Amino acid sequence: MDIFITILQILDSTLRLATPLLLACLAGLFSERAGIFDIGLEGKMLAAAFMSAAIAFVTGSAWIGLAAGIGASLVFSLIHGLASITFRGNQLISGVALNMLALGLTVLIAQGWFSQAGRTPTLIGDARFTSLTLPFAETLSVIPILGPIYKELISGHSILVYIAFLMVPVTWWVLYRTRFGLRLRAVGENPAAVDTAGISVIWLRYAAVMICGVLCGIAGTYLSTSIQAGFTDNMTANRGYIALAALIFAKWRPWYALGACLLFGFFFAIDNRFQNISLYAWLAIALLILIAALLFFAARKSRLDMFVLGTLGTISAAIAILIWTTNGLAGSVVIPGQLMQSLPYVLTVVILAGFVGKATPPKAGGEPYIKER
Amino acid sequence: MDAMPKWAEVILIPLISLILAFFLSGLVILAIGENPIRALQIMISGALGSTYGWGYTLYYATNFIFTGLAVAVAFQARLFNIGGEGQAALGGLGVALICLYIPFPHWTMALPAAILGAAIFGAFWAMIPGYLQARLGVHVVITTIMFNFIGASILNYLLVDILRPPTSMNPATARFPDATNLPSLHDVLSVVGIPFSRAAPANISFFIAILACIVIWVLIWHTRLGYQIRAFGQSESAAKYAGISPEKIIMVTMLISGGLAGMMAINNVMGEAERLVQNAVEGAGFIGIAVALMGRSHPIGVFLAAILFGFLYQGGAELSLETSIPSDLIVVIQALVILFTGALDDMVRAPLKSMFLMFRKPEATPKAPKPAE
Repeated sequence: MDIFITILQILDSTLRLATPLLLACLAGLFSERAGIFDIGLEGKMLAAAFMSAAIAFVTGSAWIGLAAGIGASLVFSLIHGLASITFRGNQLISGVALNMLALGLTVLIAQGWFSQAGRTPTLIGDARFTSLTLPFAETLSVIPILGPIYKELISGHSILVYIAFLMVPVTWWVLYRTRFGLRLRAVGENPAAVDTAGISVIWLRYAAVMICGVLCGIAGTYLSTSIQAGFTDNMTANRGYIALAALIFAKWRPWYALGACLLFGFFFAIDNRFQNISLYAWLAIALLILIAALLFFAARKSRLDMFVLGTLGTISAAIAILIWTTNGLAGSVVIPGQLMQSLPYVLTVVILAGFVGKATPPKAGGEPYIKER
Repeated sequence: MDAMPKWAEVILIPLISLILAFFLSGLVILAIGENPIRALQIMISGALGSTYGWGYTLYYATNFIFTGLAVAVAFQARLFNIGGEGQAALGGLGVALICLYIPFPHWTMALPAAILGAAIFGAFWAMIPGYLQARLGVHVVITTIMFNFIGASILNYLLVDILRPPTSMNPATARFPDATNLPSLHDVLSVVGIPFSRAAPANISFFIAILACIVIWVLIWHTRLGYQIRAFGQSESAAKYAGISPEKIIMVTMLISGGLAGMMAINNVMGEAERLVQNAVEGAGFIGIAVALMGRSHPIGVFLAAILFGFLYQGGAELSLETSIPSDLIVVIQALVILFTGALDDMVRAPLKSMFLMFRKPEATPKAPKPAE
C-alpha cells in the first residue's frame, strides 16, 4: 500500500509539474503551426508570472491577476508578432531578445515596485488559486484503488490545471475541426496558397501569436499564483525551453504534446522525490558499452560520422571503464541529482537525433511571408 | 537595392538601434523613480573614469569579444549558435583540467596549452549540435539551447562531487598553481611605464582576444575556407553547386564557433578567478549574441560592441552599488539592443532607406546598376 501511495504522489506531482509545460507547449504549437517560431515562451511565461503575482497582490484577486498575466504575455506576443510578421525580422533572434527582456524587466520593475529584492510579496487568501476538491472526493475515497486515485490524483488541483488539460482536446478540435484551424495549419505550411485563396496571412499569424500569448499567460500565472505564492527572480526556470523541447518531441501535435509534457513532468517529479538514483554497476556498465557499440557501429558511414560518433563512443566506453575500475561489477553507481536534472534535455537531443523518428517542423516555419506584388 | 551608402548600413543603423535601446531603458529608469541622466553619469564615471573602471570594462569586453566572435562566425554561415554559454562553461573545464593537472613551470607555457584546452572543450560542446545539424538537419538553435543546460548540470556535478577539494565547502576547484597565473594589464602596462590599476581583473587575455579578432578577420575574408563559409551563408544551394560541402562547412563553422566561445575561459577562469567556480560564464554567452548583432558579424564591429557592453556591465555594476537600480538593467538594455538590431532591424532600416532615397532624387542620373553584393 505504501508503494501505491508513493506512486500516486509521484503521479500527482507529475500533473502539477506538467501543467505549465503543457500550456506553454500548446501555446508554442499554435504559433509554430502558423509558421512563427517562438523561443520566447520562457519570457512570456516569466512576464505573466510577475504581472499576475503583482496585480493579484495589489487587488487581492487571483482572477484579476490572471487577466493581468495574460495581458503582460500578450504585450510580449505583440512585440514578437511585430518583429516577425510586420517587420519580417528573424523570429529566433526576436525570441531570444524577448526572453532576456522579460528576465531583466521583471526584476527591475519588481524592485522598483515592491523593493523586496526583485520579488513580489507573498500572496495569501484569494490572491492565489487554491486547489479545488472535486465532488464526492471524500465519500468515494473508501473505494479501494479507484477511490484514492480519484481523491489524490484527479481531485485537489488548482482550476488552472483542469483548464490546461482541457486545452488539449480544445486545441485538437480548433486545429483539426474548424475552418480557422485548417487555415492556421495551412499558413504554416504554404502561406502563398492561403494568400491566393484570399485569406490574410498576416491576420492569421497574428491570431496564432496572440493565442500563444494567452496560453503562456495562463502558464505563467499558474507558476506564481498556484504552484508558488508570489513571483521570484527567474521563476520559470527554463520551463519555456522544455516546453519547446516537448513540442518537437510531440512533432507539433496536440495529443502527442500531452504525452511529452506528462513524460517530462514525470521526470521532474522523480527528480524532486529521489535526489539520487542508484543503479547496479553492471547494468550501468552494460548500458554504456551498448551505447558505445551502437555508436561505433553507426560510425562506419563516412569520415565525419567516424569522427563524431567515434569520439562519443570512446567517451562512453571510457566512462564505463571508469565505473568498472572504481565500483567493480557488483557495486552500485549513484546517478547524482544534478545529472538527473539534465535528463529532459538529453532526451530531447536523443529524440531529435532521430532515434524515435523524424520530427518535421511546419514547412514555412521561421520564414517571414512576403506578399507577391 | 543600393538605397543606402555603406556607412549608413554599418554605423548609422546600429547607432540608431542603440539610441532607441538607451531611450527605452531611460524610460524604465524613470518609471522606477530614478534619474536616467544621473544613472548614465554614474555608469560613465564608474566604467571609464579610472583605470580601475577601465580594467573591469576591458575584462568584461575580453569575454564578450570571444563569445561575440563565436556567434559572428556562425552567423557568417547563417547558423545561430546560442550555445556560447555552455561552450564557454566547458572551455572553463578544459582550462581547469590543464592548469590543475599539468605542472607548468611558467605561464608562457601554460597559456598556449590552456588556450588549446579551452578551444577543444568548447569545440567539443558545439560538435554534437553541429553534427546533428549537418547530418540530420536538426535545428542548431534547439540543440545548442539543450546543450547549455546539459553543460551547466555536468559542470555543477563535477564541481560539487569530483573537482571540489575535500576540505572545501565551496563548489569550486582548488586554486590553480601560481605558475599558471596570467599577468594582469597592470603588470603588462607597467613594463612600458603606463600606470594601471592593480586591482582590476583585465589581463593579457585581452591581447589574445584582439589577436583572435585579427585571425577571424583573415580567416573569413582572406582564406578559401572563409570564402566557403560566407558563400554557404549567402546561399546554401549556390554553395552546393559550387562544390562546397554543406556538411563540412556546418561542422567546421560550429567547431570554430565553439572553440572561440570556449577560449573565453582563459580570461575569466585562468585570468581572473584562477580556479573554476560555479556559473563562471555569467551570461557572457548570451551577450555574445547582442555583440555579434550590434557588430554586424564583423571582427572590428564585434570588438567595438564588446567594449560597449564591457562598459555597460561595469557601469551597471557601479550603478547597482550607488543607486537602487539593480544590475538587471543591463539585461534589459542588452535585450533591447538584440531586439532592435536583430529582429526589428527593418523597422529602423525602412524609414532610413526612404530618407536616403529622398535625398538622392535630385541627382537621379541613371547610373549603371551596381552588381548586387
